[in-house]
Amino acid sequence: MIKPLLTVRLWKVAILAAGLLLLLSGCDRRYLIFNPSGPVAEKELHLIILSAVLCAVVVIPVLGLLIYIVYRYRDKPGNKAPYTPDWNDSKILEIVWWGVPIIIIGILGVYTAKTTYSLVKPPVEDVKPITIQVTSLDWKWLFQYPGQKIATVNYAEIPAGVPVQFHLTSDQMMNSFWVPELGGQEYTMPGMAMRLWLQADQPGTYYGSGANFTGKGFAHMKFKVVAKPQAEFNQWAKQVKKTAPALTEAKYEKLAEKGLAGKQTYSSYPEKLFTETIDRNGGKYMKPEMKHGGHDMSMMDHDNE
Amino acid sequence: MGEKAKGFFVTGDPLIYGADVSIIITLLGILVFLTYFKKWGWLWREWLTTVDHKKIGIMYLVSSLLMLFRGGVDALLMRMQLAMPNTHFLQSQHYNEIFTTHGTIMILFMAMPFMFALFNIVIPLQIGARDVAYPFLNAMSFWLFFFGALLFNLSFVIGGSPDAGWLSYPPLSELAGSPGPGQNFYIWGIQISGIGSLATGINFLVTILKMRAPGMKLMQMPLFTWSVLSSCITIIFAFPVLTVTLALLFVDRFFGAHIFTATGGGNPMMYVNLIWMWGHPEVYIVVLPAFGIYSEIVSTFSKKKIFGYKSMVFSMMIISVLGYFTWVHHFFTMGAGADVNTFFAITTMAIGIPTGVKIFNWLFTMFRGRISMTQPMLWTLAFIPCFLVGGATGVMLAAAPADYQYHNSYFLIAHFHQTLIGGVVFGYLAGLYYWWPKMFGFKLNDRIGKWAFWTWNIGFYVCFMPQYALGFMGMTRRVYTYGWDMGWAPYNMVSTAGAFLMGIGFVFQVWQILYSIKHGERDLTGDPWNGRTLEWSIPSPAPHYNFAHLPEVKSDDAWWDMKNHRYGAAVPNKMKEYAPIHMPKNSGIPFLMSACWFVAGFGLTFEWIGVGIAGLAGVGICLLARSFQRNTDYYIPVDEIKATESSLGRVV
Repeated sequence: MIKPLLTVRLWKVAILAAGLLLLLSGCDRRYLIFNPSGPVAEKELHLIILSAVLCAVVVIPVLGLLIYIVYRYRDKPGNKAPYTPDWNDSKILEIVWWGVPIIIIGILGVYTAKTTYSLVKPPVEDVKPITIQVTSLDWKWLFQYPGQKIATVNYAEIPAGVPVQFHLTSDQMMNSFWVPELGGQEYTMPGMAMRLWLQADQPGTYYGSGANFTGKGFAHMKFKVVAKPQAEFNQWAKQVKKTAPALTEAKYEKLAEKGLAGKQTYSSYPEKLFTETIDRNGGKYMKPEMKHGGHDMSMMDHDNE
Repeated sequence: MGEKAKGFFVTGDPLIYGADVSIIITLLGILVFLTYFKKWGWLWREWLTTVDHKKIGIMYLVSSLLMLFRGGVDALLMRMQLAMPNTHFLQSQHYNEIFTTHGTIMILFMAMPFMFALFNIVIPLQIGARDVAYPFLNAMSFWLFFFGALLFNLSFVIGGSPDAGWLSYPPLSELAGSPGPGQNFYIWGIQISGIGSLATGINFLVTILKMRAPGMKLMQMPLFTWSVLSSCITIIFAFPVLTVTLALLFVDRFFGAHIFTATGGGNPMMYVNLIWMWGHPEVYIVVLPAFGIYSEIVSTFSKKKIFGYKSMVFSMMIISVLGYFTWVHHFFTMGAGADVNTFFAITTMAIGIPTGVKIFNWLFTMFRGRISMTQPMLWTLAFIPCFLVGGATGVMLAAAPADYQYHNSYFLIAHFHQTLIGGVVFGYLAGLYYWWPKMFGFKLNDRIGKWAFWTWNIGFYVCFMPQYALGFMGMTRRVYTYGWDMGWAPYNMVSTAGAFLMGIGFVFQVWQILYSIKHGERDLTGDPWNGRTLEWSIPSPAPHYNFAHLPEVKSDDAWWDMKNHRYGAAVPNKMKEYAPIHMPKNSGIPFLMSACWFVAGFGLTFEWIGVGIAGLAGVGICLLARSFQRNTDYYIPVDEIKATESSLGRVV
């Protein structure tokens, strides 16, 4: 009987060690979630750590208790541990294990609510945000800059230290826009524009991908978000304006066909392309507050649409 | 003809041709076997027309193990494709089909029938009943499931598999996103078996409420019975939602409506909400009975009363109610707004409370008990840490803003496999080992069972722990390939190795069953584990009528009480006289009617209206035929009962 029990213990130790290793290796840049590069991702990481710690407060003692109980009360001849076959009730114990989880969930609930509400606001208040309109296509990403009147495909440049409000929609299939180092994701849906605040604190190149399955070419829907100092960003936008070709209606139609695409840059786009995409995909039937991403209407910037 | 056949049969992939050949060989083998040994009549009389809950349970069990195999092969194919970056083992299309069928099969055609197998085999015996409340309906449920599953699996070689994910969100699952019959196979396979699931929910709810042995009060029912009751309540409220949702999706696809396509003024978000209003309760439907199984096993093998019985019942009921108020946590990222997300985050966390309470109660059932390490107990002990961690990651996922980072990533994949395998599959396997002697009259071999147990368990952690890390590294689900640049390769390789270990565990189990059929320890007492509940008071396997005398129940743990205080079935020589037993007659209608549903489903899948209508007409004729049947029951004479009981070694 001892032998399997030892194996059980070793196995637990191995899991714990693996878990620790995972946490410690968090400094590795490959663990995108543990490398927040902006206030949104940071807030989310704080909540992740808080929830993990609160869970560990329950999980670890219970694992210990399990090992202890299984070892001490195993059925072998000569086991002197007490045996009370009819003991099946204890008010105090029941109150403890109904109470402790309630308290823990209470704490976590409060922090969850706080973070949830804070994320619908711009990450910093004193810097003027910029807007980028994102359209997920099969199977590529189109980014339009209403402030700069330029557009890119499969990559986006943003100014570092500036809150960016992404307006997300989809021409056809429903996807999800995710840049893990900058913050969590939000769905792109046909017929409406969802809003997502992100911000990069430092210049850098950040990995982004589609996170909701859209069929054959889904695995290839990756893009880079490049954060640059404001001046360099302006420089880049000006350069694009001067040198890149225009995105015409015809070109957009070609782009929207099912298939993959490389990086592309455009000096202009049909002015109403984003709103027309929304309307064509059903936005014309939606109530305005649905069409424009619901609950953070106050953040809406009508001029941009 | 040649051109038509090209689109009809799936072609162009050596894997599919291999499957075609093996399917044909297996079918031929079965046909030759049945004909050569003249078993056709036996098959019809003993199995296809049976209304005996024990036999129906066994048929559910066999089907679910076959589906576990199919779903498992799907999983291994996916893991092979993902083992290394830039692999060309599967094409994108093929991979998409495989993850879709893997998910659908594992939940609807593996977990559900496995659960119904245990309902059928155990519940009537555990509450001291001679059958379920509606035996005919019970057979109907099984055959609807069977033909639904058959239809779904057919898509693999005919017409092409569905490829829009196991919950098939529109617009991808609409005609524009998924032309072709694959998605129709999905709709009709699930619809047909779904009717059966709903009927089973009703059947067992009524059985438990109305057919308990005399004297058994609700608060004296075994906890497995309670768990089935709570699961059935959940089924009755959840499954109609699924049926309506898929019917609407079919209306969109078949009649060109726009219920779920935004282009015509419909709303895909409606579908996402509806499907999860079924989908979330569904996971509680499958996990609640597992909780019941653990409760039975922990108490039996600790030789101690279950701790906190009332608390256990209460927590299961809370779970089944609260299970309806958490569905939005599957799409916090759909932008419902902070109010909605906060509400559903908190309800989701709250459901962790009663679940946690149950774990404490199991621990304190073992505390001051005497724990024997039998196979059912091993799986139960493996469940506790696994589910604990899976539950903890569930609470982490419930924190909505954190979920924005986990959603659709491998963190999520690892989480739900940990709860569904660690919670549901471990539970059903524990139940299988526990009640196996009651079903078949012998125990499953211990030595091979331990090999299976350890390969399964080690395999599980090796497979899924790296997936949590992959989630933190930004790997999303449903990608058929990835590059070297993200550093995902090593973890994926390890995960694949783990998946194969679990596959080996399954092979051990098949070997264990085959080996034990010949060499397994026979159970002559009917009570091999020193059990506590009524199913252990009768011989193994149970006779056709279950109980020669209906037991009189005076306390909880009824059989334990009888053994300790020497009354009821525990004292055979003081038995009362036998009376004729009223039983339902076999019927071929459930089989035929479900076969007609299959024809209808097949016709509608290919939009062959004539075939569809013919099938539905067949269903109608079967309904009529049943309505005019008067002679549906009979009595087992006393002599036959006496003969059976004495042949089983019970003193007359």
